[in-house]
Amino acid sequence: MRGSLARRKWIDLMSARDEHGAIDRRMLLAFGASAVAVTAAASDAIARHDGMLAGPSEMVTNSLPWREGAADAPDAASPGPLKFLTAAEAAFLTAAVDRLIPPDPTGPSASEAGVVVFLDRQLAGAYGQGHHFYLEGPWSEGTESQGYQSRFTPAQFYRHAVAAIETAVGHANRGKTFKDLDPATQDTTLKRMESGDLALDGPITSKAFFAMFLQNVLEGYFADPLYGGNRGGKAWEMIGFPGAHYDYSPWVKAHGQRVPVQTVGLRGRAGWSRS
Amino acid sequence: MARTLKQVDVVLVGFGWTGAIMAQQLCDAGLNVLALERAAAQTTPENFATTFDQDELRYMWRHHLFQNVKYSTLTFRNNTSQQALPMRRLGSFLPGTAVGGAGVHWNGQIWRWLETDFKLKSHNEQRYGKTATAGLTIQDMPMGYRELEPHYNQFDLVCGTSGQAGNLGGAKQPGGNPFEGPRSAPYPTPPLTMTYAPTLFGAAATGLGLHPFPHPAGNLSQPYTNPFGAQLGACTYCGFCEKFGCGNYAKSSPQTTLIPYILTKPNFELRTESEVLKVERTADGKHATGVTYVDSAGVEYFQPASIVVLTAYQLHNVHLLLLSGIGKPFDPATGEGVVGKNYCYQTMSGIDVFFDDKLINPFIGAGALASVIDDYNGDNFDHSGLGFIGGSYVAGMVTGGRPIEMTRVPEGVPKWGLEWKKAAAKYYLRSFGISVHGSSYAQAGNYLSLDPTYKDQFGRPMLRMTFDFPPNDLKMTDYVTDRAAEVARAMSPSSIHIKKRQPPYSIVPYQTTHNVGGTMIGATPADSVVNRYSQSWDVPNLFVTGAGLFPQNPGYNPTGTLAALAYMSAEAIKNQYLKAQGAPLVSA
Repeated sequence: MRGSLARRKWIDLMSARDEHGAIDRRMLLAFGASAVAVTAAASDAIARHDGMLAGPSEMVTNSLPWREGAADAPDAASPGPLKFLTAAEAAFLTAAVDRLIPPDPTGPSASEAGVVVFLDRQLAGAYGQGHHFYLEGPWSEGTESQGYQSRFTPAQFYRHAVAAIETAVGHANRGKTFKDLDPATQDTTLKRMESGDLALDGPITSKAFFAMFLQNVLEGYFADPLYGGNRGGKAWEMIGFPGAHYDYSPWVKAHGQRVPVQTVGLRGRAGWSRS
Repeated sequence: MARTLKQVDVVLVGFGWTGAIMAQQLCDAGLNVLALERAAAQTTPENFATTFDQDELRYMWRHHLFQNVKYSTLTFRNNTSQQALPMRRLGSFLPGTAVGGAGVHWNGQIWRWLETDFKLKSHNEQRYGKTATAGLTIQDMPMGYRELEPHYNQFDLVCGTSGQAGNLGGAKQPGGNPFEGPRSAPYPTPPLTMTYAPTLFGAAATGLGLHPFPHPAGNLSQPYTNPFGAQLGACTYCGFCEKFGCGNYAKSSPQTTLIPYILTKPNFELRTESEVLKVERTADGKHATGVTYVDSAGVEYFQPASIVVLTAYQLHNVHLLLLSGIGKPFDPATGEGVVGKNYCYQTMSGIDVFFDDKLINPFIGAGALASVIDDYNGDNFDHSGLGFIGGSYVAGMVTGGRPIEMTRVPEGVPKWGLEWKKAAAKYYLRSFGISVHGSSYAQAGNYLSLDPTYKDQFGRPMLRMTFDFPPNDLKMTDYVTDRAAEVARAMSPSSIHIKKRQPPYSIVPYQTTHNVGGTMIGATPADSVVNRYSQSWDVPNLFVTGAGLFPQNPGYNPTGTLAALAYMSAEAIKNQYLKAQGAPLVSA
C-alpha cells in the first residue's frame, strides 16, 4: 500500500513544479524533503488547499486551528515576457482571440484586455500542468457525456492542437498561417473548429480544443485583472459588473437603478495605490 | 503493517456538515470523538477572507475548494452497455474537500421535504394507481415528516435560517409556502430582502394565481447567535456564495455554526490529511473494530473505535462500504443487493429572462436569494393524465452575477464574435435566470458500484457511476419547465430562452452537487442499507449519514433533510444505542 502511494507521489513530484519552477511544497512535505527551501507564498497557498493529502497531518484538540496573518492569497500573473507560449503560438492565439472577442467601441478586444498574457500564465502555471485533472490511463475516446478523456494536460493540449491547426490552415491556404488569413476566413476556420469539421492530425479534435479555448478566453476576459487578462477591469466595465465589492446591501431595494460604484478588482484599481 | 492507535469511543469519517453535527451531539453526550478528515483544516480568515474571496476564476473554474480529481475521482457511464471512463475533470457536480466539506461552498438553500415525499411510493400508488410508479424503484421513508420535524428545527436553529413560515402547527401563514408540512417554530430570522428579479418573478407568479414565497436561506438576513454561541453576520449580497466560502460569516456552514464550539471540547480531536481506506471488522464480520487510514506521509494507521460513523460525502460513503465489503452490492441484472442501489441526482432546467427596459443588476445576489413557487413540486398538483410523478420548485433566483459563468445572451446569438460581444454588453445587467429544480426518481439501471478497470491512488477500485435520466423525470421536467415559462412570459420580458434538460445525462456542464442514494435508509434489510436510525443492518456499531440515505431525491436541495436525519441518528445513539449496549435498534 505504502509503495503504490509513494510511487504516485513521486510521479507528482516530478511534474509538480509551479510557474516559477519551484517544486510544489505539498510534495516536499509528503517526502520530508526539508533540505530544499521553498519560500514562495504561491506554493504555500497551493499546498494548503490542494485537496487530498496535501500538507502534513495535524492533530487539533481544545483549540481553533487558526494562524494569525496567514492568508491563502491568490497567485497573481507575473510580469515579463511569455513563459509558456512560443512566438508562433502567441501569434495564432492573438489573431484567434480577437475573432472571438473583436475590437470595437463597445469594449476591449480579447488581446487588448490581455487574454493572451492570461493564457500564457495559465498554461505555464498549475492549470496548464493539469492541476485538478485526472490524466492516468487507460485512455479511451468515450462519449460526449463522459467529458474530457485526453491524456494531455491543458499545456500539452494547446501545444499539440495549435500546431495541428496551423498545419491544417497551411494546407488549405497555400502555406499561410492563421494570423495572415483575412478575418472572414479566420471566422470560417474557427466555426469549422467549433463544429469539429476541421480535421486535425493527431489525437485532438478541433471541437474539443475549441471548447477548451473559448472557455479559457472567456475566463481571461472576465477574470479578476490580477491574472493578467481583463486589463484595468475594462471587460467588467463593458458589461457593468462592478467587480470584487464586499457590500451591496445599500442597493438591494434600489430596483432598476444604476448602482453608483466604481469597478474594482481584488488588488484595487488605478488610483488606489499608495505609491 | 498499520500502526495501531489508542481506542476512541467514536470515529467520524469526514468532517463536513454531518461530521460536525455528530461531533457536537456525541461530544456533548460525553463520548470521546475523533474526526478523520482527508484534507486540510480551513478557516474563514485564512482561506476565504473578504479580501480575496470574490475570485471567480480561482474558486469556481480552478476548483480551489473542490475535490481534486487528480487524487480522487470516479468512473462514469450512462448505461451498462457502455465502458465507464474516469471523470477527468469536475463538471456536473462539485464535491468539497477539507474541513467543512461542501458545506463551505454551498449556496445555503435549506429545504424540508413535503409530507408526501416521505411516503412517495405508497402515496402515489394510492392516488394514481400502481401503474404510476411502474419502472421506478422508489420507496417510502421509514419515518414520516412529523417524526423528523423536530430535527429539521434543530438544524434551522443552528443555521439561523432566514425565511417565512407557511405553516405553523397546522395554521397557514401568509407569505410562506402553503404546501409545506407543519412547522413547530418560525424561521429563526426573517427572509432576505428581495432584489428586483425575484420581486418581478413573485409579482408575475401571484398574477397567475400561484403562491410565491422567499426561498429559505442560510445567508442570513440579520445578525444571529445560535445555541452554541456562534455569531453569524448579516448577508451583504455580494453574490459569491455558491462555489465560494463566505468571508463575512453570513453563510451557515460548519465553520460558522458548529466547529468553533466543537473545538473547545476536550473530548474531541480532529486529525487532518487522514484518508480512511476501509472499515475494519471482527472475523465474523458482524462488528466494526475501527478504521484503517493513511496520512499525507503515506503512513498507515489502524484507529480502533467503539462506534464508526461514515460522515463523508455520499459518493465516498458508498465507496467505503463497497470497499469494506459491508452489505450486499446491488446487481441491476438480478435486482438483488442494496449497496449502491437507487443512486439519484436532481433534474435541473432553467429559463433565461431578458429585458430591454429593466436594469436587473444581477451582481447583487446571495446563494438563496429567490422568490420561489412550490405549486409544481412533489404531489402539490394533480398528476392525473400527465404520465409522470414528481415535480420541481421554480425559483426566480439571483445567486450572483459572476461574469464568466453568468453573462447571458438571448437565444440565437452566437457564442462568440462581435454579435456576442454587443449582446453581452447590453444584457449582462438586464437578465437573470429562473431555476427549475426537479425531483430525481430511482430506476434499476442507475446505481453505484466498484469499477473493474480503474484504480485510485491507493490501488483500490474506483467508484463507478451508471446514470441517465429516467423517462419519468424527463417528462416531469418538460412539463414544469413549460409552467415556469408561463411565469417568465408574465414578467413581460423582451425575450426568454427556455433551456430544457435534454438526455443523455452528461458529467460536463455544472448542474448541481446533489448526488443521493446508494446507502438507503429503510424499513427492512431487504430494501435498505441502514435502519431508520441510520444504523447498518449488517454491522450495528456502524452508522451512515448524508444524502446517500435518500431512496430517491425529491425536488429539493438535500442539506436540510440530510442534516435532520443526522440529528435523528445522533439522538438514537445517545438515548437508545448506548443503553442497548451496541445492539441493533430495529430488529431485522
